[in-house]
Amino acid sequence: MHEQIRRNRRASWLLMGFVVALLAALGFVIGMAVLGGTSGGLGLLGVFGIVAIAWSILGYYSGDKMVLAVSGAHQVTHDNEPQLFNVVEEMTIAAGLPHAPAVYVIEEPAPNAFATGRDPQHSSIAVTRGMMQMLDREELQGVVAHEMSHIRNYDIRFATLVGILVGMIALVADFFLRWSFWGGVGRRRGGGDSSGNAGAIMLVVALVLAILAPLAAYSVQFAISRRREYLADASGVELTRNPLGLARALNDIAADPRPLSHANRATAHLYIANPLKNKKTKEVSGVFDTHPPIQKRIAILLEMAHVGPEALVPGRRAAVAAGDSAAAVTAGAAGASSRAAGPAPHDPPPPPAVPPASPA
Amino acid sequence: MIAVIIIIVILVVLGIIFAGIYNSLVGRRNRVDNAWSQIDVQLKRRHDLIPNLVEAVKDYMSYEQETLTKVTAARAAAINAGSQGPQAQAQAENMLTESLKSLFAVVENYPDLKANQNVLSLQEELTATENKISFSRQFYNDSVLTYNNKIQMFPSNVIAGMFNFTTRQFFEAPEGDREVPKVDLR
Repeated sequence: MHEQIRRNRRASWLLMGFVVALLAALGFVIGMAVLGGTSGGLGLLGVFGIVAIAWSILGYYSGDKMVLAVSGAHQVTHDNEPQLFNVVEEMTIAAGLPHAPAVYVIEEPAPNAFATGRDPQHSSIAVTRGMMQMLDREELQGVVAHEMSHIRNYDIRFATLVGILVGMIALVADFFLRWSFWGGVGRRRGGGDSSGNAGAIMLVVALVLAILAPLAAYSVQFAISRRREYLADASGVELTRNPLGLARALNDIAADPRPLSHANRATAHLYIANPLKNKKTKEVSGVFDTHPPIQKRIAILLEMAHVGPEALVPGRRAAVAAGDSAAAVTAGAAGASSRAAGPAPHDPPPPPAVPPASPA
Repeated sequence: MIAVIIIIVILVVLGIIFAGIYNSLVGRRNRVDNAWSQIDVQLKRRHDLIPNLVEAVKDYMSYEQETLTKVTAARAAAINAGSQGPQAQAQAENMLTESLKSLFAVVENYPDLKANQNVLSLQEELTATENKISFSRQFYNDSVLTYNNKIQMFPSNVIAGMFNFTTRQFFEAPEGDREVPKVDLR
């Protein structure tokens, strides 16, 4: 589990580094081609940077309210939805956050959930009615832990940053393509290095980059999004110490083919499972997918729990728990005996206090 | 002259690093202390919920007085054990957990009670509280781990030694509770 977390973090930062490098290269080359000389390159980057950042600051500060409004979510309290609220509070305690995120419910039958907010102090979690009805307490806990981990890992902020960079790449490339299309080529201001051949080559390089760079940047942006999803899965398990909860939840969500009516391409990446299309059968992630394939996520979680797919069937849960180590049942003791430094999480979380009812 | 400036710069940078490490050690130690008291908050919350539960079920369960008495007694013992140190407290709290499990097992036999809104919401609250106790202990252990790591690893162990930061103990279940508790279904 810790290995997963480390690996995902590292990968996402490396990908981010790639985007930065790509942006720098693109801006530089284009600047040189257009304005001549390296100072032209840097100047261009600066201008676009300011524009992109200003645009994103608006999104950063009021983005979460916008997203919540667009999704049709309404806020709930402990009195309206005690179980959901309690689960969010439990995860807040496990994460050691100062206070719980605001809790919202979306009145839709398709099961899904998302988290938003720029840092743990200003965050919200939204869950659909369908999800609350479909999942049991343990599974709901897994999903809330995943969403909480997006908040803990500052994923919203990370994604905003990546969005700024990728947006800049798209802007710069677009600007350059238009400029050269409208005949700017002939009017290049001379610099010391604008002799005929070298200038022409630079132009060609710039054109090629301008076409390819946005594609590359978008692919990387989606790759980053998938990485952070894996990271949120692993961090969620770090909170609950129960990979099976989330695994079973994902299994149930995958079985439901309904898309979420309020979601659209702009908000799709925030949800726990891709809200726009049928998710069950994909084995390999497409380049432009915001989420990894669900089956792969489930497989990774089962691996963490050292169990096979039979553990996904609800009736087997009690059998698996009973066959597990001796501390399978107690609430307080289970929490106590799981040392933070311990090996793979093996203690199921405190089950609901009522054991299975005997047939009447 | 240059040499003096360089030395001064190095000393300032070292000083900043030093202060940074010291502050982070203090921060982590405080977090451990905070996490420990948060456990008590949750335990107390459970103590407060129980009388309501007993009230709600007692009229329906006239034949189960023994179970109810056990719960009430365990609760009182847990409250008293609060002043007797962490080991005694942990043990008393675990006894309380067991008696609550017996109570809920018994509730299973009363369909009217099972469907009762009050009882259902109390059950949810108690489940949540059990979970919160468990997670606050887990978070305490996580904080102790980070803190102990910082104290023992280089280079922060140097500063930790200078200012007497000591390692903290993990929260562990008392030995007897590693067995599966028996639920008495009478």
